Amino acid sequence: MASSLRIDGLRAGYGSVRVIHDLSLRVGEGETVALLGTNGNGKSTLMHCIMGVVRPGAGRIVAKLDGIEHDLAGKAPHQIVQLGIALVPEGRHLFPRLTVDENLLLGAHRSDARRRIAENLELCFETFPALAQRRDQLAGSMSGGEQQMLALARALMTAPRILLVDEPSVGLSPLLVAQVIAKIEELKRRFGLTVLMAEQNLAQAIRIADRGYVIVHGRIEFEGASREELAKNDLVKRLYLGL
Amino acid sequence: MKTSSFTAIALCTALLVAGTTSALVTNDYFFSASYTVLQFVVLATAWNILGGFTGYVNFGSAAFFALGAYSSIVLDKLFEAPITLSILSGTAVAALVGLGMGYLTLRLRGVFFAIATLAFAEVLFTFVVNWDYVGGARGAYVVLQGRPPLGFRSFVQFLFAIMALMAAGAVAIARFVQTSTLGLGLAAIRDDEVAAECSGVPTLRLKLVSTTVSGGLMGMAGATFPYFLSYVEPHGVFSLSYAVNSIAMPLIGGMYDWAGPVIGALLLGGLQQVLQVNVSADWNLFLVGALLVVFVTIAPHGIMGWTFRRGRRARPT
Repeated sequence: MASSLRIDGLRAGYGSVRVIHDLSLRVGEGETVALLGTNGNGKSTLMHCIMGVVRPGAGRIVAKLDGIEHDLAGKAPHQIVQLGIALVPEGRHLFPRLTVDENLLLGAHRSDARRRIAENLELCFETFPALAQRRDQLAGSMSGGEQQMLALARALMTAPRILLVDEPSVGLSPLLVAQVIAKIEELKRRFGLTVLMAEQNLAQAIRIADRGYVIVHGRIEFEGASREELAKNDLVKRLYLGL
Repeated sequence: MKTSSFTAIALCTALLVAGTTSALVTNDYFFSASYTVLQFVVLATAWNILGGFTGYVNFGSAAFFALGAYSSIVLDKLFEAPITLSILSGTAVAALVGLGMGYLTLRLRGVFFAIATLAFAEVLFTFVVNWDYVGGARGAYVVLQGRPPLGFRSFVQFLFAIMALMAAGAVAIARFVQTSTLGLGLAAIRDDEVAAECSGVPTLRLKLVSTTVSGGLMGMAGATFPYFLSYVEPHGVFSLSYAVNSIAMPLIGGMYDWAGPVIGALLLGGLQQVLQVNVSADWNLFLVGALLVVFVTIAPHGIMGWTFRRGRRARPT
C-alpha cells in the first residue's frame, strides 16, 4: 500500500507570471500533510501542477506507488488519475447540470475504477449516506456542504491512492467545515490514503494534519514536522493572526 | 431503448416516409422543401454534438457543409462519381478537417473557439473562391443525367429519400453519443472542463471525437447539395444562414438532448419554407433572429428544457 509524493525544485506559472519558485515538498506514505497559506500564494497552482492541468516549467513531481516511481511532469491529467491520484478541486467544480449519480460515474472514468463501479458506488453511499437519498438530484441544486461531500465522493470513485484536497473549507459554514475535515480524516483511515490538503483555515487543517508546510508567494517558508510545531510557529501566527 | 433498435426504427421511419410520400405526393416542390428541412435536421443535429453536448460553439458550420458539397463537385469533375461515393467522401473529408480543426483550436475555449471557427470558415471560403478547378467564384455545375434510380419519378424525390435516411442516421448517431459513456464525458467537459480532467476524463480525445463526428455529419449533409441544386457557387454554400440556423435550431429545440435539434429544425426549417413562399426569402433570417431573442429570454433551455424542466435533466429512456 505504499504511496508517496515527492516534489523537487518545482517552478510553474502562467505565461510570463511565475507563481511557484523552486518548491520542494514531500508527502510520506499514509501521511496527511497540510499545505497552509492564504489566497494567491500558489496552493491551487501546485495542485494543478501535480494533476497535470498546469505544466511546470522546471522541477520534478514523482509519485511512488507500490515501489514504482512515476514521473508526473509531462503526463496528461487523465493518465495521472489513472495512476491513482485524485484531486478534490477548490470550489468543488462539480458538474452542476448532471445528477449525483452521473457525477459519481464520471469519477469512475479510470479503467481500474470502472471495473469496480458498483462496489465503489456502494462504498460512496455508505460513507456519504446523505448522497444516497439524492442520487437523481442535479448536483448544482444541492447545498454547499452536500456539494463538498459529493466532490469528495467523486474523487473516491477513482479509487485513489493519493488524495489531493484543495481548500475544502471554501464557502462553508464553520460547522460544515469541521464536518468535511472530519470526513477527510475518516476517508484517509478507511481507505489507507495518502493526503495532501491545501487549506487557509489553520485551526481546522491542523486538527487532522500529521505535519505541514507554509507556502508564501510560491515558496515554502516553513516546514512543521508536527502539528504542534505548526500551531506554535511565528510565521503562521503572523500570517494568520496578523501578530 | 437500445441503440440498435432505435437506429432500426429511425431508418425504417425514414424509408416509410420517403416511400409513402413518393407514392402519394406528385408536386416536386414538396420534396424540394422537405429536403431542405431535413438537411437542417442533419446540420442542427451535427452542430449539437459539439455545441450542445460538449459546449463548444461552432460558427463554421457552413464551412463543413461546403466541404461536403465541394468534395462531391471534385469527384464529379474527376470521374462523375456515383452519389453514394460522393456522400462517403464528403463525410470523410469533413470529418478529417473536423479532426484537424479540433486539434488546432480546442485549446481555445468559449468565445475564442467560436471566433476561430468563424475565421476557419472565412479561410476556406477564400480558398474555394480562388480554386479554379471547382469553378472559383463562378461556381460549378453538377447535373444528374439519365433516369432517376430505384424507380423514383424525379431526382428531387430520390434526393429527398436519401436525405431522410441521412437524417435518421445522424439522429441515431447523436442519440448514441448522448446515451453512451462518451456522452457523459462530453457533458462533463461542457459543465466543467478542469473537473472533467481531474476526474480522469481524457478531455482532448473526447473533444476530438466530438469535432470529428460533428464535422463529418455536416459534410454528409453538404455532399448531396450540388446534386440537389445542380449549380453551386461559394457565396451560396458558405452562406451565414447555415451557421446561424444550425445554432438557432438546437437553441430553440433544446441543446442537452438529441431530440432538441430535431424539433428545432423541423419547426424553424418548416416555418422558413412557408415564409419563403408566402412572404419573402429575405424575412427568413429576421425570423430566426426574432425567435432566438424570444427563446433566449423565455425558454433558455429550448422546447425540450421547457417541457422537462424543474430540476431534472431532460433525457430519453
